[in-house]
Amino acid sequence: MTTANIGIAAQKGLAVALDSVSFSYGEASFRFDAEFAAGRITAIMGPSGSGKSTLLNLIAGFEAPNAGKVLIGGTDVGNTPPSARPVSMVFQENNLFAHLSVESNVGLGRSPSLKLTSTDRRAVAEALARVGLAGKEKRLPRELSGGERQRVSLARVLLRDRPVLLLDEPFASLGPALRDDMLDLVAGIHAERHMTVLFVTHQPDDARRIGENMAFLDEGRIAATGPAADFFGRSGPDAFRRYIGDRGGSVAGSQHIARKRT
Amino acid sequence: MQPAPRSESRVTAGIVALAAIAVLIGGAFAGLALEGAHDPSGAIAAFDGYLLRVARFTLWQALLSTLLSVAPALLVARALSRHPGFPGRRLILQLFTVPLALPAIVAALGVLALYGHAGYLAGVLGKFGSGEWPGIYGLSGILIAHVFFNLPLATRLFLEALSTVPADQWRLASQLGMGAWPALRLIEWPALRTVLPGVAGLVFMLCITSFTIVLTLGGGPAATTLEVAIYQALRFDFDPARAVVLTLLQIGLTFVIVALLTRLGANTVGDANLPVAPRRYLATGKAETVLNAGLIALALLFVAGPMAATVLAGLDADLGRLAGEETVRRATLTSAALSFLSATLSATLSLSLIAARRTLALRRRAGSAMSLLEHATDTGAGFVLVVPAIVIGAGWFLALRGFTDVFAVAPVMVVAVNAVMAMPFAIRAVRPAYDAASERHERLCLALGISGWNRLRLVDWPSLRRPLATGFAFAMALSLGDLGVIALFGSDSVQTLPYLLLARMGSYRTADAAGLALLLGLVCLMLVVVADWLGREAKA
Repeated sequence: MTTANIGIAAQKGLAVALDSVSFSYGEASFRFDAEFAAGRITAIMGPSGSGKSTLLNLIAGFEAPNAGKVLIGGTDVGNTPPSARPVSMVFQENNLFAHLSVESNVGLGRSPSLKLTSTDRRAVAEALARVGLAGKEKRLPRELSGGERQRVSLARVLLRDRPVLLLDEPFASLGPALRDDMLDLVAGIHAERHMTVLFVTHQPDDARRIGENMAFLDEGRIAATGPAADFFGRSGPDAFRRYIGDRGGSVAGSQHIARKRT
Repeated sequence: MQPAPRSESRVTAGIVALAAIAVLIGGAFAGLALEGAHDPSGAIAAFDGYLLRVARFTLWQALLSTLLSVAPALLVARALSRHPGFPGRRLILQLFTVPLALPAIVAALGVLALYGHAGYLAGVLGKFGSGEWPGIYGLSGILIAHVFFNLPLATRLFLEALSTVPADQWRLASQLGMGAWPALRLIEWPALRTVLPGVAGLVFMLCITSFTIVLTLGGGPAATTLEVAIYQALRFDFDPARAVVLTLLQIGLTFVIVALLTRLGANTVGDANLPVAPRRYLATGKAETVLNAGLIALALLFVAGPMAATVLAGLDADLGRLAGEETVRRATLTSAALSFLSATLSATLSLSLIAARRTLALRRRAGSAMSLLEHATDTGAGFVLVVPAIVIGAGWFLALRGFTDVFAVAPVMVVAVNAVMAMPFAIRAVRPAYDAASERHERLCLALGISGWNRLRLVDWPSLRRPLATGFAFAMALSLGDLGVIALFGSDSVQTLPYLLLARMGSYRTADAAGLALLLGLVCLMLVVVADWLGREAKA
């Protein structure tokens, strides 16, 4: 695969760790202890309300823990505002400002005051080309399809070039084929940049397609972690197998198989 | 603990806005308290028969106005709701929004031009009575003007309540063969009953704090309300002790009423959405149709009459000479400048409060209680409605008269008080848009580090400029037509259009007044139409 020249030295991924992090939200309470290896794609699964999004929000800095530490690359980021953390996040929706063009939305990743030099503009154009949106710089988000809008978000991720990428079900509203395309795009970006990717999804297929590691959340705790291949095998954690139902057992070591299915 | 240090500026802006409002209202109260403490015996002596008569009349006219507005409004709203295909229904409903936009003094003039001693209907009305028509000064004039304002408002609020009845209920009613009476009893009345206390409370509140109508149409000590008595005590009798007592009484009265209203769940800002006609599956009988058509026609005539009279009388005036008059030109410029400043201040204060409230709400953990500050930014703005403009004006008038020429501070007072008075309306226009935009953009702005000026320029302004313009136009219309503070502080050197209008009425230059009223009414109406249009576009 050719490396897109975005004009930035690629940063290696950083390990993300949660050290006895506790957090409460109304009635629900969460407690996370986990370490996510640098440069790996970890799929995060679990029932609704188990704390998947909360976990990501804590790492991104949208929520502050009641106690405990969030460490990125070994540094405590507790007092770092979200924009200063070495993190990019893509949400399920509202990743773009509806009144700004595609180019501006991506350009905000370079300058929050939108003062873009010609070098910046070139970088924006290259990032857009990398995600398959060449020539759509002047479009408004509403003139794009759902998949294209998320591609714009990924272009901004490329431009920001942070060592950690958090994906909070960004492709949940897309059809199966389109979702696979997007996942492959993420895998491709990861192959170039080697950032640490934490990827929340409800779809076992998504996890199998690009997940190297797995984390399974249940009732506000991280119930199990491990290589994705183990999770989907017969020896996978019981709670996880119950969660995904019967399919888990029948596709042992299926990462390879799943990758071929489109 | 929450990593949102950059949102501090929004909270600070909110605190500054609250402080400004507190100074305005607190200063007025301090002025009253000092005056009262200065001469306590005078204040006690001011509790006399006159005071009681004024208080009684204030309540009595408000009660009658409420009854006369709300009871017919129930019938008219029901009639309009029963006939979604009534010819000109949309137009009628739009016409019913006009009184909301008209300055009170313009409406008062319209009522006089129609029913007054020399009004268009004087000849006809005289034939019913004993020869010459005496005019409508006093209670009758106040009531007609109050009903002119509040009947359409109540009708629209009731119609909105009726439009919340689910279409399925109407389908069911027609399947069961429900006639007009069972439908009224089982479907319409329950919907109306839930909003009735709130609507009646709102109208009562508006009538009890009505100043301009009573000032222009009330006649002498027999038909005076507390607010007008405050004005007279300060401007004519110069009796500060009496002014203090009257003001305290007015504050006490409004507090009690607002407390009652809040328990009834009243909507104290009073702004109804124009309901779209839903499809009805109900057949109406012939007799009912005739009755309803009659009701609608009567209401229409009553509401349209004074408006038509305003236009006719205004066109009769020598508009060319008026436009050339130096005084008129100066008053127009003064009005334009003051209302522009007032609207700007109002929009700024409102936006500060809205942003601070949202920031505090985001910062608060789910389930935990609101802080005092958040409460203040949330409902604090609504409380300014409890304190009538005349009361604030009276307090400052008393406080300042020892130090400076009170008439010289007129521009400051007019701008500040009108800005604060328009705030609840501006907040209603802007807050939903701000909260929705924040819902969409908050995390994204945090993630990308877009804050402060950049955020205002790139993110907030594009999504808020329309609702802000709506709030601005509305505030400007309110300020432009206001005759409250300026009645206290106005003088020959600082005149606004409503003040000039009042002066011309006082010196019996009725044609001049009518011409000015037409001008003022048209400008205010235009502003409100623009505000409404901008608001609608913003929602689309």
